[in-house]
Amino acid sequence: MKTANPSWAERPTLIGRFGKGTVLTGIVVCVLFPLYMVVLTSLSTQEAVTRAGGLVLIPGELSLAAYEQLFAGGVVTRAVLVSLGVTTVGTLISLTVTVLAAYGLSRPGSLLHRPLLFLVLLTFLFGPGMIPKYLVVSGLGLVDSYWSLILPVAVTAFNLVVMRAFFMNIPKEVTDSARIDGAGEFTILARIVLPMSKGVTAVIGLLYAVGYWNSFFDAVLYLNDSSKWPLQLVLRQYVYQGQSLFAGQSADTALAGHAMPPNLAIQMSIVVIALLPVLFVYPFVQRHFTKGVIIGAVKG
Amino acid sequence: MLEQTSRPGPAGGLTSSAGPTDRGAHRQAGTRWARLRRDWPLLLMCLPAVGLLLLFHYVPLLGSVIAFQDYSPYVGIKDSPWVGLSNFQWLLLDESFWHATLNTLTITAFQLVFYFPVPIVLAILLDSVIRPRLRLFIQSIVYMPHFFSWVLVVTIFQQMFGGAGLLSQLLRENGYEGVDLMTNPDTFILLVTAESVWKDAGWGAIIFLAALAAIDQNLYEAAAVDGAGRWRRLWHITLPGLRPVVILLLILRLGDALNVGFEQFFLQRDAVGREAAEVLDTFIYWRTLLTGEWSYGAAAGLVKGVVGLILILVANKVAHRFGEQGIYKRAS
Repeated sequence: MKTANPSWAERPTLIGRFGKGTVLTGIVVCVLFPLYMVVLTSLSTQEAVTRAGGLVLIPGELSLAAYEQLFAGGVVTRAVLVSLGVTTVGTLISLTVTVLAAYGLSRPGSLLHRPLLFLVLLTFLFGPGMIPKYLVVSGLGLVDSYWSLILPVAVTAFNLVVMRAFFMNIPKEVTDSARIDGAGEFTILARIVLPMSKGVTAVIGLLYAVGYWNSFFDAVLYLNDSSKWPLQLVLRQYVYQGQSLFAGQSADTALAGHAMPPNLAIQMSIVVIALLPVLFVYPFVQRHFTKGVIIGAVKG
Repeated sequence: MLEQTSRPGPAGGLTSSAGPTDRGAHRQAGTRWARLRRDWPLLLMCLPAVGLLLLFHYVPLLGSVIAFQDYSPYVGIKDSPWVGLSNFQWLLLDESFWHATLNTLTITAFQLVFYFPVPIVLAILLDSVIRPRLRLFIQSIVYMPHFFSWVLVVTIFQQMFGGAGLLSQLLRENGYEGVDLMTNPDTFILLVTAESVWKDAGWGAIIFLAALAAIDQNLYEAAAVDGAGRWRRLWHITLPGLRPVVILLLILRLGDALNVGFEQFFLQRDAVGREAAEVLDTFIYWRTLLTGEWSYGAAAGLVKGVVGLILILVANKVAHRFGEQGIYKRAS
């Protein structure tokens, strides 16, 4: 990475610098501004939302009422717990399986190395359609089970290959010397290889975790029972499609044709809840996203 | 830390099975039995991943045979009657299939022009930011939306551009009528492209940033000494340096021409209507899972998969013809 303008380069022109600054600022604002409004609206009181006539731009009275209401139990609380559970269990399983296989495939010349690697790589080129996949999952009796959100997506060939490429870059002298000292493969993996690969493990773990947290269509497909819905489905139902979260609780008003209007602050709170884990974990892992991750895998 | 992976050596990725002598300790010597005794822990480690891939990738792949049957879940694959290619015949005569295909290809072509270059430009722009801290800050912000789910992205766009969204709100305050871009089929292609750019353009820039970092800085200095200005350096050094990656990603995109991102369209199909928002995947979903015509959907999925495979092989061949590396090397 360059750290200073090299001496041979011409001095940046004023217009160039101004133009670049404007464009970059514009890009950053485009990403952050919607998030700012969503968070602010979720923290505003109903009066502030009404006064703004929609999303709140300028902070008025703030309150946590929307969050208190959502976490008092009910649909959203349950969905958050489901999503957290699936994400935790899924990520643990995915990481374990991926690390093991990446190490198992990191030694060319070992028994069955080529056919097994081929089996993994072939999944890049050709995938099964949605229908046969659904039939297998339902044939295994996983419909309406949380395992249907985990097992079919537990290994991603891409992540496996990234991890393997990283393991193969560890100098073989390191592992060989441990082997001479009598360490088995599992010991070498746990004691030497993994501690040397914290960064890549964190990144792959994040990629898996985000996948599970964001899992949406699999849940549409496999979970018929709406009481099992993860957060993303709740987000679609009650925010994107705008159904009232409390319709069931106020049956009398619904009967009179006056279903409670979806409260914007509550809706935006659901958005924030769906956003929050990503925002929390992201800064810790983000510094590892340097150039190598993707290119090492795709390019080989 | 991960910089190491940018040079995976001769034995990384898709071509890795090439060199049997890479690791001296594991030469292909000895009998099968001796190798099994030596390598069984490695095999054991591969077992869970291989099992999962077999179960959820290869078994469904075999299950695609129901495309040639009149499959009924109550009878099972074994006893369902075979109908030859008739599902495919029906498919080719199905107007809504062609409509979905046309929509998919239109969106792919549109995004190739209006989405594909964005990460490249963004990467060049980011690469020109000299202060490391500022650069890192901008990078981490533009990467972020990649990690949001499609439901979230679509919801956020709805809050901005929907009938009750910010844009309409501002228009109404200033005495105009509100607009609802989320349900307008005419502007739908712009909307989905904007969503894709917002979500993934930043993340897509990573790979180009890596390619930019790999360009020899001495080339720039030599060119500058020879009197090349910044635009000529961009044209003669930066862009050629990016070419292999651009071609690689173009190949991957072409191979993926029939995939335009399923969830994004699945979510918005109802609001916008089939006319504009039906793509191949949503066609398969609505045609099959809601009517129970399993074999028909499997046939459509098979056609899509085979065409995708052919596309990627052809694109790769073309890349080889032009002397580029492509996704896998030639067999030689």
